[in-house]
Amino acid sequence: MSKKVPCRKAIGKKILELAEKDESIVVLTSDARGSASIAEFPERFPDRFVEVGIAEQSAVGIAAGLALCGKKPFVFGPACFYSARSLEQVKNDVAYTDANVKIIAVSGGVSYGPLGSTHHSFHDIAVMRAIPNIMIILPCDAIEASCLLEKLVEVEKPVYLRVGRQPVPLIYGSEQDFEIGRSITLMEGEDLTIIATGETVWHALEAAKALKRENVNPRVIDMHTVKPLDEEAVFKAARETGRIITVEEHSIFGGLGGAISEFVSQNFPVPVKILGIPDEYPVTGRQEEVYKHYGLDAEGIYKAAMKMLGRI
Amino acid sequence: MTQEEIVFLKKKAVERRIDIINMIFKAKSGHTGGSLSAVEILVVLFYKIMRIDPKNPKWEDRDRFVLSKGHSAEVYYSILADLGFFPKKELENYCKYGSMLTGHPTTKVPGVEVNTGALGHGLAVGIGMAIAGKMDKKNYKVYVLMGDGELDEGSVWEAAQIAAHYQLDNLIGIVDRNRLQITGDTEEVLKLENLVDKWAAFGWQVIQVDGHNIEELVQTFKEIPLVDKKPHLVIARTIKGKGISFIEGDKSWHHRVPSDEEYKRALAELRQQLREVVRHVEEGSL
Repeated sequence: MSKKVPCRKAIGKKILELAEKDESIVVLTSDARGSASIAEFPERFPDRFVEVGIAEQSAVGIAAGLALCGKKPFVFGPACFYSARSLEQVKNDVAYTDANVKIIAVSGGVSYGPLGSTHHSFHDIAVMRAIPNIMIILPCDAIEASCLLEKLVEVEKPVYLRVGRQPVPLIYGSEQDFEIGRSITLMEGEDLTIIATGETVWHALEAAKALKRENVNPRVIDMHTVKPLDEEAVFKAARETGRIITVEEHSIFGGLGGAISEFVSQNFPVPVKILGIPDEYPVTGRQEEVYKHYGLDAEGIYKAAMKMLGRI
Repeated sequence: MTQEEIVFLKKKAVERRIDIINMIFKAKSGHTGGSLSAVEILVVLFYKIMRIDPKNPKWEDRDRFVLSKGHSAEVYYSILADLGFFPKKELENYCKYGSMLTGHPTTKVPGVEVNTGALGHGLAVGIGMAIAGKMDKKNYKVYVLMGDGELDEGSVWEAAQIAAHYQLDNLIGIVDRNRLQITGDTEEVLKLENLVDKWAAFGWQVIQVDGHNIEELVQTFKEIPLVDKKPHLVIARTIKGKGISFIEGDKSWHHRVPSDEEYKRALAELRQQLREVVRHVEEGSL
């Protein structure tokens, strides 16, 4: 297996490099400098670091105030809290006001595993999607995470970027180009399309390799930007492959699957199977155990594809 | 401050009340009581204290004002229009279809710094502005006006701790202490007192002032900061619905719209007040 790196670590390192080049970058956190992997930032840039204590609402509100005075604030902290506790600040102070705030939500989805659903965020894509004027980005590996973070510095718009907690395999090499809002086709195929986002992308790719061995030719798309959705790629997938499976570390309601279904049902209706967490609080277990339990790992995605093709 | 200046501000205050009543009556929507209670606070800040430039609303060195009690939009819009941030005629479109003047302020309106209306948000935003000012070594001040009912929100106290921790002596919180919220007496809905002790315990320099006394307000804001390295909190004692006899102190006027008859009575009272201010000038007595 390829090298594994946690996305949060890659981002925590990258922000140091970006802050070196851009003096308007400010980092905020809510007693989460350790879990967000930004402990080095206050040592390197003490005058551009704002610790607010365990107060996510204030962190987002303060970030909005900084942005309205020309700063480029990046708020680092757990996805579960920033997508719920401070949601009203995200909606009003950031998105509605159009303040240039980046929410860097770490340990997203079920990456806190057995800590339970107070610490899970399988609702975040759904709630953020329903808020106008905020982009939603879920990188799938350390390289994509740090490259997209770099792109975000020049994007003067509200953004919610979610990464996980655990080390994940590298999918991309350093030569890959990334563009916000433009998906990446990792494998070409015509039998069906697997569209995944975040840390499920690697599992989708592994499932596709297994399908190939059964003479199935799947297309695999990394939809790192869930909003705005790369509609062109989804339209092509629907037209050219006729079947879509979506995979996400998120509720089956309102996430990537919701976004794709809304689009294809109104533009090029084809069957869509949504893989995610059903309408329940997830089973206790480590992230990979939860993936397996709900069929979000390579094996589960493989089976869903074979079923959709009528092969099992 | 000269007598002329005092009269000027008093006149501005009555004119704002006329605007407020006109806007709410025409729109059939608005927050009557809380806009009327905040008039002198905003008049003193915008016409006398703050460094602002209506021709350059985004001037980097401007003082910042955050209307955390966003429902008092009418008085805010009236002042911004009167100062020339946008044409005064626009006030007639308040809350009308397609208007930029919604019932709670947004940055679509020139001069508005942040979208407000959900209570308990403005203080944190003001902290961000104050921290940015410190980072950039600018000497602008940040004023955040909160309602007293708003202090029920936990996020206010979260932010209060942070402002004190960062020693933001360029941040001035103001509480429009009219003692009424939508349900009734603030002390009956959820006891707030002792507010002075609470804010002081949170590390703020607290000042109490008559929120309708123009000279006192000017004096207070001019003296800030009284101490270094502490945020300041001005508790402005006010009367909800101030300026219109039958609205003053009546909780039902939180967002009540005047009837035709009430509208006429309100305007008659305010016009009388305007005549008195002018007459005092002519007689040379105040």
